Amino acid sequence: MYTIADLNKGDTAIIKDVSSIDIPIKLLEMGCLPGNEIKVIQQAPFSGPMYINIEGTHLAIRSKTAKLIIVDKLKDE
Amino acid sequence: MSKQIKVSLIGNPNTGKTSLFNALTGLNQKVGNYPGITVEKKEGICKLERGVKAHILDLPGTYSLNASSIDENLVIELLLNKNDKDFPDVAVIVSDVENLKRNLVLFTQIKDLKIPVILAVNMADRMKYKGISLDIPLLEKELDAKIILTSRDGSLGISELKECIVNFKQISTKPSIDLSLIDENYFNSLSSAFPNQDLYKLWVVISQDANFGKMDRNSLDILDFKTKSTSELKRLQQKETIKRYQFINNALRLGQVIDSSKAVGYRAILDRILTHKIYGYLIFFIILLAIFQVIYDWSSVPMDLIDTAFADLASYTKEVLPAGVMTDLLAEGIIAGIGGIVIFIPQIAFLFIFISILEETGYMSRVVFLMDRVMRKYGLSGKSVVPLISGTACAIPAIMATRNIENWKERLITILVTPFTTCSARLPVYLIIIALVIPEGSFLGVSYQALTLMMLYMLGFGMAIFSAYILNKILKTNRKSFLVIEMPNYKVPVLRDVLITVFEKTKSFVLEAGKIILAISIILWVLASYGPGENFNDAENIITEKFEKFENINIESEIASHKLEHSYIGIIGKSIEPIIKPLGYDWKIGIGLIASFAAREVFVGTLATIYSVGNTDDVESTIKESMSSEVYSDGSKVFTLASGISLLLFYAFAMQCMSTLAIVKKETNSWKWPLLQLIIMTLIAYVVAFISFQILN
Repeated sequence: MYTIADLNKGDTAIIKDVSSIDIPIKLLEMGCLPGNEIKVIQQAPFSGPMYINIEGTHLAIRSKTAKLIIVDKLKDE
Repeated sequence: MSKQIKVSLIGNPNTGKTSLFNALTGLNQKVGNYPGITVEKKEGICKLERGVKAHILDLPGTYSLNASSIDENLVIELLLNKNDKDFPDVAVIVSDVENLKRNLVLFTQIKDLKIPVILAVNMADRMKYKGISLDIPLLEKELDAKIILTSRDGSLGISELKECIVNFKQISTKPSIDLSLIDENYFNSLSSAFPNQDLYKLWVVISQDANFGKMDRNSLDILDFKTKSTSELKRLQQKETIKRYQFINNALRLGQVIDSSKAVGYRAILDRILTHKIYGYLIFFIILLAIFQVIYDWSSVPMDLIDTAFADLASYTKEVLPAGVMTDLLAEGIIAGIGGIVIFIPQIAFLFIFISILEETGYMSRVVFLMDRVMRKYGLSGKSVVPLISGTACAIPAIMATRNIENWKERLITILVTPFTTCSARLPVYLIIIALVIPEGSFLGVSYQALTLMMLYMLGFGMAIFSAYILNKILKTNRKSFLVIEMPNYKVPVLRDVLITVFEKTKSFVLEAGKIILAISIILWVLASYGPGENFNDAENIITEKFEKFENINIESEIASHKLEHSYIGIIGKSIEPIIKPLGYDWKIGIGLIASFAAREVFVGTLATIYSVGNTDDVESTIKESMSSEVYSDGSKVFTLASGISLLLFYAFAMQCMSTLAIVKKETNSWKWPLLQLIIMTLIAYVVAFISFQILN
């Protein structure tokens, strides 16, 4: 089982589960919903925030939040 | 005059909502605060056809009706309260054509509140570069709303938008989602429990518990309706969000075509460089240096001009008007006081030109991304870096710049710690004392004096970070800190928007903080210019008699010195001598400390007066000589290494700037924070200066 935090820069994945209650609803409303594709654009150093793209919405989330979002990894680069 | 139509502009952040607001209202706008909180309230008047006017309210950017900040909470409370005087007759939902799908989530929520809605699809001028085409009539039918294509510079769609606002009564108020489809049992029981209430409003109120915090329910007559745990509420919210996206996808599948092969953009390349783990920081560092250079260096030219102009105006006033108390008050109190406000305008204007460009281009979000890891540890936001660095020039514009920090706690901490950074007003004080007490000589090729100055800068910055760390532990917050930052597309700033921001910031400083600064500077002037008893009022005769037999004495400056010594401020300076004695200061320094409250650099000028330096060409070296030859009655020197270091440390930590206090009062909307800042910073300064003097002495 992978989460967004396990992805590397450039990786693409499909969101599987966002049912953890610690995920802010704002994130879901911005399109972080099961079935949507996510791509990691950049990772700030020393496990800083992750810069991701979900279906055209570009977001930065902290790694703490990234660990809660379960994904299916698509491909490595 | 007919009644004004009340319009609210609502939209996600980064959709160019404020540009549209500026295009509708021009300079016919005012920026204030919502009562009791520090969220900016922007409102303006827009002329429509047939003499009708609209009152436009630019609500804070919000992603949804599920609040995660004070700003968003405010939007919800307004939209739920029909009795609020700002409750809109019609809402204009501003969306970004490139993020239409996500922006429509908020659109469906507002529509479900049964408020008449106009959808402004902004930045429509960029559609062709992004390969986007929209079937407007079809979308209008699917979304059941009037749609207008607009652009940020106001060249597109403004007149259509105005026309729609006039005819707002024809807009459909049919909701877009049927809540009961999400969970039939729950929503049926909810509506039977509160038959007189609107179901969606009920749901918004109840679900806020899972978000920001409890709302004030008295206005809605909703008592606690506890049927679901937080996790169940969250699950329902998730289902609701999916439902909204289904509705939106359904409409867009028919009405929107995106041909990504036609899309051009520099976003990917820019992001690769600007958020890079080495170049990203390097570029940010260079930008900070540039900002610093501009407010420190470029503003000195207009500031000197302002300084000279007000000095000339004051002496001109004294020449033309008959001599007397009122003329003195006008020339030395009021004109000099206003000069002390106007002098900040160049720095404020320059800093806000930079900040609004950084915000408008979308770069500021990249700064948050880069700096979050470092700043979060100290309870600060990635955006706190800009105020902290610009505080090294002046704390006033720096504190005003904290407005851009969304999280209130992070913003408050930034406001509270910024005055520790070494502002340029401390520099003259530092330079003269360093020259006086730090010995010549060098360490590894760097002089001791330069090293001391550098250490004072580092000390200021270190203290700011350290107090942020402490404050982060002490201050309570009623919400978890989530970082979900949208990384908007890069945009070319609209000149009009930058200028309006600079104008509004400057205006609010002059009008709001300005009156406090003026009041205090007049008080300080009175205290320094008047005194009780013969010693003050008869100073001319006393000094003339005393120095009758001397030659080579500048009588004028001796009189000024004698007057200052016996003025009210002099009396205060003398009476605090027992308190400052353990720090190694005499009453003359005491007078300097109190006068410094007008602005720290006044210290040097006050000492010049008290040592009766007079008007020589090289005031600084003359003061330096007088200071170094200053002795106590037992013959020991006043300025030693111990008292010098103690004074440097006192200036490094003490809150001695009424203008900063005035701006903190304005930005936090209460006297509580500036007073705490004054007391705690002065206390820290006292303790540190005390310890250093006692050890070194």
